[in-house]
Amino acid sequence: MKKSNFKDPFKEQREQQGTAKMDDQGDPVTMVLRLKDVRKCAHDWNRFRSGATPGRIVVPSEVHIRGTRQIPFEVDPPLHKKYRDLMEDWFRRPLQEPYRSALRAQIQELVDHALKGHRFEIVEDFALPLQSKALTLLLNIPLSEAEVWISWGTHVFRSEETKLDKEKASILYDYIDRKIEDALAAPGEDLYSKLLTSELDGRRLTKEEVKGVMILTFAGGRDTIINAVTNSLVYLAEHPEQLVNLRKHPELAARAVEELIRYYSPLTHMGRVASEDTSVCEHAVKSNTRISLCWASANRDESVFDRPDEVILDRKMNPHVGFGFGHHKCLGATHARQVLMLLLQVVAENVTTIEIEGLKENIEDLDRFERQVGFQHVWARFQ
Amino acid sequence: MINITFITQAGESKTVQASSGTIMELARQHGIEGIDGDCGGVCSCATCHVHVDPAFAEVVGEPSDIEKDMLELDDHADAYSRLGCQIEIEPSFDGLILTVAN
Repeated sequence: MKKSNFKDPFKEQREQQGTAKMDDQGDPVTMVLRLKDVRKCAHDWNRFRSGATPGRIVVPSEVHIRGTRQIPFEVDPPLHKKYRDLMEDWFRRPLQEPYRSALRAQIQELVDHALKGHRFEIVEDFALPLQSKALTLLLNIPLSEAEVWISWGTHVFRSEETKLDKEKASILYDYIDRKIEDALAAPGEDLYSKLLTSELDGRRLTKEEVKGVMILTFAGGRDTIINAVTNSLVYLAEHPEQLVNLRKHPELAARAVEELIRYYSPLTHMGRVASEDTSVCEHAVKSNTRISLCWASANRDESVFDRPDEVILDRKMNPHVGFGFGHHKCLGATHARQVLMLLLQVVAENVTTIEIEGLKENIEDLDRFERQVGFQHVWARFQ
Repeated sequence: MINITFITQAGESKTVQASSGTIMELARQHGIEGIDGDCGGVCSCATCHVHVDPAFAEVVGEPSDIEKDMLELDDHADAYSRLGCQIEIEPSFDGLILTVAN
């Protein structure tokens, strides 16, 4: 079987039950597995809340390692919209030409380096530097700052030994605190400064609020982008005909990105907390217990997607939820789409073969399910 | 070439010429406010929601089931809602008026 084929571990449970129970540090989760149910629950913010104890809607829960509320992600309407409105324009900057050209140049440099013929490791030597460099554009800060983030390694607050690592988490949180102080002392054109001067209900955002936005920006866009980039390259390595196809038809990249996001679903699921005794798909959900919106399962729902377990790069009808759904849909999606689209185009223009010389899968343990989210390492050669 | 008019939520009206492609692509080419088309037209993001002028409802046609499922959860949806990415422009659309939903 091809290494770029990722099994759908939820299939049987989704078809037969529609939900699944999962334990997580003593705070159980009802995973919602079907696309329509996932969408409905995501839409119904009043019944399924995000504004719970900070860290609780993340699975595995981060309540023991984080006190700062991530914004706007852990806030419910109507306050949610006020935060989101402050940020929408900034997070749409990736559509502008100077941003796109700078991003393209970063990718070109990484591809040129990889093309020198040596064996390299895709996760550490390509995906992580690409994610970090691209993030300097989203934050509008000097490229050199990427070196700091690259030095943190692939998991900002997840380590291989323990799933949730408080010490690693504090590296990021302390770093953001310092950067907020720097921006207060010498405001610039960066995201920190932009947030610090933003006003909500006639007052400035607090340092804690700015920290909440920045944690989300760093954490939400790290493993997800690294996995999406790595998985896409492994897919292309095993489908050289699609490299040719993308070279001949660069306009195909837009649909290809959506399909790769659907198939690989970089974020498996996201939680909500029930505000009342209720039910999902005929399964009881008690008040103040958690559900998770399982994007990864929904994206393989055979009642919606034709041949869901195949990557069909030019898939025309693709109502996936890889970037979430509803008012909490991924704020960084515009950035992520540009990263992947330009990656596909630059690789197709410059690379004829990607040879995989070894790899190690990255498997997520979801209690009763095991799901491959990407790779720990992939050793490869570009030609 | 045919004429298609977009009316934005701010009440601005813009008439543009079209020949082929989708309504979402047309709106993006002309920078129509409220039509983002984030997913590029694969019916995933619902950021190209328009209300079709009732006089043209039959000409433009009904949404597919997948499109209906997307619209069902949009707070601004009504009987004339469509996603622009799912409407292929045809000559019979000449004079069509679309109100941008968001």
